[in-house]
Amino acid sequence: MPTPTTASFDATDRALIRASQAGLPLVAAPYKQLGEMLGLSEQEVIAHFEAMQASGLLRRIGAVPNHYALGWRANGMTVWDVADEQVEMLGERVGALPFVSHCYKRPRRLPHWPYNLFAMVHARTVADAHPLVMQIQEVLGSACRAHDVLWSTRILKKTGLRIGPGD
Amino acid sequence: MSAEETTLDALDRRIINDLQRGFPLTPNPYADAAKALQIDEAELLARLKSLLDRGILTRFGPLFQIERAGGRFVLCACHANAERLAEVIAAINARPEVAHHYERTHYLNLWFVVAIERAAALEDVLARIEADAGVAVLAFPKEREFFVNLYLPA
Repeated sequence: MPTPTTASFDATDRALIRASQAGLPLVAAPYKQLGEMLGLSEQEVIAHFEAMQASGLLRRIGAVPNHYALGWRANGMTVWDVADEQVEMLGERVGALPFVSHCYKRPRRLPHWPYNLFAMVHARTVADAHPLVMQIQEVLGSACRAHDVLWSTRILKKTGLRIGPGD
Repeated sequence: MSAEETTLDALDRRIINDLQRGFPLTPNPYADAAKALQIDEAELLARLKSLLDRGILTRFGPLFQIERAGGRFVLCACHANAERLAEVIAAINARPEVAHHYERTHYLNLWFVVAIERAAALEDVLARIEADAGVAVLAFPKEREFFVNLYLPA
């Protein structure tokens, strides 16, 4: 398992996540509005978000597009069976390819799932994506025993994190 | 969610591209972001509302990396046969812990991400999904993250 750094995370941070995880209010002063919902000043809300950003708990505030709507129709999860002793080094190199948006080492699920390295690629068409997959294959070379590409055919849900009301 | 080829004008594209990268933590952030885009605040708010309403943006707001606070994002997969596909999808999507869900071209045809606030809750959430959906779920927790940065220009 990864060992993520644990940021300090207080009840106010949690309340702010709950209040904003579905979206930032589309009003002129959204942080003030969040504060009014939670009994905080605008400055307190901004300060908490800044601290969460500094700790990495807030990755960013921004737009999450539906990639299909932007024309990115070929979204492939490329999966690779890479020799264990080389997967760390090669994962770094695959993750560094400019067109790879996410790259992870994950457990195999033998006998049916031999793949331990996952890298996401995105292109307008499957034909455009093939050369990208081949570039990954070149990086992996003989350390890779098998691979597959799982294309997404439908987005079934894309809401993001939803933490609950708490215990 | 199957937004077909959508009509986006040049300003929509600039907004999507700029705001994928970040957004100000200032008292009037839409006004500040609008200024950088050389438009006015009302126009930016109206455009964002329209992009959200049309499903071109699935969300606009903070993206939290809950793993920094003891949570987990866990990729999971299952197989659903054609007869039960819609039912299995509905059961999986009904769980609030399911953050993303895609159908993919493989025998394991449903791939979803479970987002939980406490790592210890994973087993219970997966057991609940298996029971509700009537499928066996495989979890693929990440062992190493080499790179994450999704930026798809409009």
